[in-house]
Amino acid sequence: MSEPRPTFQLDGAEVPFTPGQTVLQAALAAGHHIPHLCYHPEFKPHGSCKLCTVKVGGWHATSCTLPAKEGLVVESETEEVNAERRMLVQLLFVEGNHFCPSCEMSGRCKLQATAYDLGMTTPRFDHFFPDRPVDASHPEILLDFNRCILCELCVRASAEVDGKQVFALAGRGMGKHLVVNSDSGLLRDSQLAATDKAVEVCPVGVILRKRVGFAIPVGQRRFDERPISAQALDYAPRPPGRPKAPGA
Amino acid sequence: MIPVTAPEFDDATLDEAVHRAIDAWGREPTQLLQVLREVQETLGFLPPPALARIASALGVPIARVRGVVAFYSFLYAEPRGTYRVLFSDNVTDRMRGSEERLREFGQRLWVESGKVSQDGLVSLGRTSCVGLDDHAPALLVNGRPVPDVDAARATLLGDLILARVPLAEWPPELFVVEDHIRRADVMLTDPIRPGEAIRAALARGEADGTGPQATLEEIKAARLLGRGGAGFTTGVKWESCSRQPVTPRVVVCNADEGEPGTFKDRLLLGRYADLVFEGMTVAAWAIGASRGFVYLRGEYRFLLDALRDTLERRRREGLLGAAICGREGFAFDVQIHVGAGSYVCGEASALVESLEGKRGIPRNRPPRLAEKGYLGWPTIVNNVESYCAAALILLHGADWFRSRGTPRSSGTKLLSVSGDCARPGIYEYPFGVSVQQVLEDSGATGTIAVQAGGPSGACLGQDEFERRIAFEDIETGGAFIVFDGSRDMFEVARHFAHFFAEESCGFCTPCRVGTSLLRNLMDKIRDGKGSQHDLLTIEELGRLLGKASHCGLGESAAKPLLGTLRRFRPAYERRLGSSAVEPAFDLDGALARARRMTGRDDPGAHLGEAP
Repeated sequence: MSEPRPTFQLDGAEVPFTPGQTVLQAALAAGHHIPHLCYHPEFKPHGSCKLCTVKVGGWHATSCTLPAKEGLVVESETEEVNAERRMLVQLLFVEGNHFCPSCEMSGRCKLQATAYDLGMTTPRFDHFFPDRPVDASHPEILLDFNRCILCELCVRASAEVDGKQVFALAGRGMGKHLVVNSDSGLLRDSQLAATDKAVEVCPVGVILRKRVGFAIPVGQRRFDERPISAQALDYAPRPPGRPKAPGA
Repeated sequence: MIPVTAPEFDDATLDEAVHRAIDAWGREPTQLLQVLREVQETLGFLPPPALARIASALGVPIARVRGVVAFYSFLYAEPRGTYRVLFSDNVTDRMRGSEERLREFGQRLWVESGKVSQDGLVSLGRTSCVGLDDHAPALLVNGRPVPDVDAARATLLGDLILARVPLAEWPPELFVVEDHIRRADVMLTDPIRPGEAIRAALARGEADGTGPQATLEEIKAARLLGRGGAGFTTGVKWESCSRQPVTPRVVVCNADEGEPGTFKDRLLLGRYADLVFEGMTVAAWAIGASRGFVYLRGEYRFLLDALRDTLERRRREGLLGAAICGREGFAFDVQIHVGAGSYVCGEASALVESLEGKRGIPRNRPPRLAEKGYLGWPTIVNNVESYCAAALILLHGADWFRSRGTPRSSGTKLLSVSGDCARPGIYEYPFGVSVQQVLEDSGATGTIAVQAGGPSGACLGQDEFERRIAFEDIETGGAFIVFDGSRDMFEVARHFAHFFAEESCGFCTPCRVGTSLLRNLMDKIRDGKGSQHDLLTIEELGRLLGKASHCGLGESAAKPLLGTLRRFRPAYERRLGSSAVEPAFDLDGALARARRMTGRDDPGAHLGEAP
């Protein structure tokens, strides 16, 4: 038998980890959900959405990038931390233009599912109503930037898995936005193919396949069936390309 | 609106501009920012065909090139005026009338802030503090600083521009920036002879046979703490870098002095450049580094040529290059990278990203820069003043250094004093000096508050003026902005809220969205539409930023608001409406357009007062 694995504590539970794993990765692999949006099991953690913020020894830390260490005492499911997460989700809602009732991703959207899970009832803050034109130039794919939460998953997927660098980020602050790598700046003139990993990873409804909308009726979709927090193992670390757990 | 006609560049002009920049900087993606900057210096802005050429020459996707251009505020994808005028927009500039100057200037030249005049002659705008607070209000014309812009000087600038006098023929006195050294201690009184500190470091290693270790020990024994504001122990940082099994190692000088109200590095780089390079070379000896960078903020572009001359002279003197001071195997050289308008690049890891030619986004830690910094090599990043102090420590010894200051904060500190005082400028004090002492020495009267450390530092009220400048009390990177009783501390805080919203890099959610929400809430209160509820929201958002942000910018962004809310709450409360909650949305105002379209303005076209 191999050595017993080292562990840390998450809300009182012992969580085993493999050295090199971060707190979020180890927690998910052990079936514990910590809310997150910019983390994806097949990519290097990135740490920008801050939804996975936890408290360690009285300090706040980003659990997707915090290396797991023997003996850490991590607080995640506390009212204090969840209130902060709720506020972060509210910030993401008011930053973009999110109209859930008419969105093709409703019921499959991780932003929406996370908001429900955290008990967000209103956006609370004043909306920014940014002007973000859509890019419908590509024959198979629609880009609706209104819903972008700037998680950079498509940027990473295109660069790391597809080897194409179709997406990049430009600007700063509230002017930060997703751009497409082509001379015209349009998706039509980029190297994107409908089979690319980048098309698949969007946690919200920015990158949509055309002509396949509403294949599953709203109400019977993934997060309509079970809350996102009950699906932790689907987000457990896995090598690129390996299929998700059944039912995902 | 008649669109401004963009200048057309023929292929030969574009090719030449791009080739010249690439010849100077090399065909590496890491040089993207420097190449963009250099091409813009030739063309005035960065037209799409220039970007395409740069992308293909450096082998970088065009989207990344556009991403970098849109990140830095001094890079322009759209045509700018022949004369590009940017008013420095720190609170110290506003206190001395920068907004009035800007308005008069714009009216005279027929151009709005943020726009280019119709004839393409002049573009006008504001920019974050340019480091001339002792010369406020200041501005930049085509990157060159013009200090002390009073009404007469603004009129003269307008005359020169309207007469289309080339910048090179402007009266040179317009560009004279005085150093304003008001109090000098060991760093500013005794200029060292070039090579002195390096030879002292080499001699220490020879005396006890430990080589570079002797330098590390001396820095550690001196208990030098980083002068940029964070106060990390310099010796520990250097030692941890020196122990990495990887070479080359890299020494970076953080000359991105972006904290509003700080201008001490302008003095050190301008007048004490040898001391700065001496300290960097000592650091290189200590950690075994062969490559050095100075990251010079774009606002200090005017110091670049003199700095390069100093480097060239030091190479000739054998103080840089191979076999420094005749020591075989001690090779080190320094390259200067110029920033392009981004406050967050003062954060060490964002600075390193920018050195690599990317958008300046702070990195995740671990790994620390000492392990994996520039291009993955072990790297130290220190403040300009820290390197100066390091050179003096090697020259005079740790005991000498520790004899000044307090037990926990050894040595001296340069303060950049500005705002409501008779003698703004640079004051060098041993650590432990009281706020009151600085106020007296600078001729400040009727002071109600001091912002120590700039917007990300502490706002001190009158009951705190006995406190001391030291790492164990008031930590500061050197800014010391004085406010007297004529100032409205709400407006000061509102100004800082705008600053952080403008400078947030946008990487993490709390800072990207939170800083903009805070700015909007402060504007709402300014407009008389605020309520107690908004003050609570500011406090709650402020706490979130402090806890959940990715870097120090976000962590500090709400501090000026929380600090003034605590000490100057009446300045907020007298602006609040009576009810508990006020909407930001003005329903009647939203109907104004409909009224204009229908030509109506009768009572029936207005929403009545709520009963």
